[in-house]
Amino acid sequence: MTVTADPVEERSQALLKPREGGPQSGRRWLLPVMLTLISLIWLFPLLLALVNSFRDYAFTAKNGYVSWGGFTLDNYTNAWEQADFGLHFLNSAIITVPAVILTLFLSCCVAFVVARFSYTFNLALLGFFLAANLLPPQALLIPVYRMFRAIEVPLWISDSGTLLNSFVGLILVNMAFQIGFCAFVLSNYMKALPKELYESAVIDGASVTRQFFQITLPLCRPALAALAVLQTTWIYNEFFWATVLLQQGDKFPVTSSLNNLRGQFFTDNNLVAAGSMIVAIPTLVIFFVLQRHFVAGLTLGATKG
Amino acid sequence: MASKRKYRGIDQLSARDKVVVTLMVVVPTLIVLWLVWLPAIGSVLLSFTNWDGIGPLSGIKSVGLQNYRDIATIYPPFWPAIQHNLIWLAVMFLVATPLGMLFAVLVDRGVAGTRFYQTSIYLPVVLSLALIGFIWQLIYSRDQGLINAITGGTTDWYGDPNVNLWAALVAASWRHAGYIMLLYLAGLKGVDPSLREAARIDGASESQTFFKVVFPVMRPINIIVLVVTFIESLRAFDLVWVINKGRNGLELISTLVTQNVVGEASRIGFGSALATIMLLISSVLVFVYLRIAMKED
Repeated sequence: MTVTADPVEERSQALLKPREGGPQSGRRWLLPVMLTLISLIWLFPLLLALVNSFRDYAFTAKNGYVSWGGFTLDNYTNAWEQADFGLHFLNSAIITVPAVILTLFLSCCVAFVVARFSYTFNLALLGFFLAANLLPPQALLIPVYRMFRAIEVPLWISDSGTLLNSFVGLILVNMAFQIGFCAFVLSNYMKALPKELYESAVIDGASVTRQFFQITLPLCRPALAALAVLQTTWIYNEFFWATVLLQQGDKFPVTSSLNNLRGQFFTDNNLVAAGSMIVAIPTLVIFFVLQRHFVAGLTLGATKG
Repeated sequence: MASKRKYRGIDQLSARDKVVVTLMVVVPTLIVLWLVWLPAIGSVLLSFTNWDGIGPLSGIKSVGLQNYRDIATIYPPFWPAIQHNLIWLAVMFLVATPLGMLFAVLVDRGVAGTRFYQTSIYLPVVLSLALIGFIWQLIYSRDQGLINAITGGTTDWYGDPNVNLWAALVAASWRHAGYIMLLYLAGLKGVDPSLREAARIDGASESQTFFKVVFPVMRPINIIVLVVTFIESLRAFDLVWVINKGRNGLELISTLVTQNVVGEASRIGFGSALATIMLLISSVLVFVYLRIAMKED
């Protein structure tokens, strides 16, 4: 692998490349028909939500969902107000942005040491991080919850006075769980960088800090972009920790705040659909605009090189 | 040589460099140690105690295996939860994962419009499982849902304990199959094309080529996919929590742990024993995953 090639680009292009030879059987029409059918079935739930998010509740209640008409934008304005999405999007940003940046930075640090130096504990260290990423979070809930409740922090960090019910606590937990995966992917990526780069840097008298910031990090840009997209999606979508560690509804990020759309006795499904679409918009934008990074991030972790 | 410092290999560090390298390792290690490994050990230790979560830590008494005995004998939701987790695993393993692999193989054949097929199938992967629960409500709801509108039935697909697990599983499989397709497709693209070529020259059919040549060389990916399926099944939580907080037919071990801590009754020792059971199962999976993922080192 040359240093200048962009493996992320290669990866996403490779997934689209038709295999040489292609279908050989005589029934060439069968495969496209099957795939189209599968695709439509897979898109259906989302399309159903999209269409009905634009329909009036009174209309669908009268005519049922197997009907057409009653289009309106009201669901979106109502959902936005009722679930207070402005506030929750802000909360999501306050949690996601620092969590992603810090996770990537600390993962780079670990990956750099593991890839750059041949210490004997490298493998164990990587295992220590990667395994942490795979444990079921629910199994760690009790000690984390009690610790956070007991740890007091100044009021300017958290108005609750403890790490429980604070954004800082949630950011820390998200980081702890995601560093393993990112460090693993990044260390594989950094190991592919030629050692000669560091050799000339060391001869020139560059410190480790300079090597890290001026050689390694710039070369890891493609992998970092892929991981940033993936981590943004994951932390934005994170539901469990946000739900249990933040107890005031007004602190919930978007994903955990959807429940606000459910009435106590009665649920307007079109309203829920509109709310779901609003919540999905950031991830869908990421999906359509940065798709190749998302795909590269996921597959970098599973396959090497 | 004009260089100020004598060059003694790239692992040679100055005193300041040593501090930097140490910090680079120690800071992330402490965070993960504090928030993942200490809690994991804490869960195991607390599971042998009777702590109610109210008294001081010094008042803790060891009760041996009492919590585990209680879980197995006098805690009604436990066995259903184990059963539901196993059903969840079976459906993911026998239906969703093979489906994702099949999609990958079909998409990999490279017919026109690959991008559209690929995109449609893994679109659900970017959505959170919590959100998926809400999206499928339009299909499952009793009074307004699509299924009942078409069939004229009155089943409450999310509420009826006889069917809600299966309804949740359909929604979860919808996402899982896309995820597996993506992982598997990347693996398929990595298979050496000359292997397929050789099989074709030897007169192997397409399915023979896949099962006898491609599938065996993809062993590492197969195992990764398998472990991902197991871990995801064990961690399943978000979807059932948004449906009904994991009650009434949707009990899973993960929701039982959560209910024992966050709910009105906080039974720490008891909940920890449940958590320890989860940790035990997952440690086996983690071990397998680590061996495969780090094999090349």
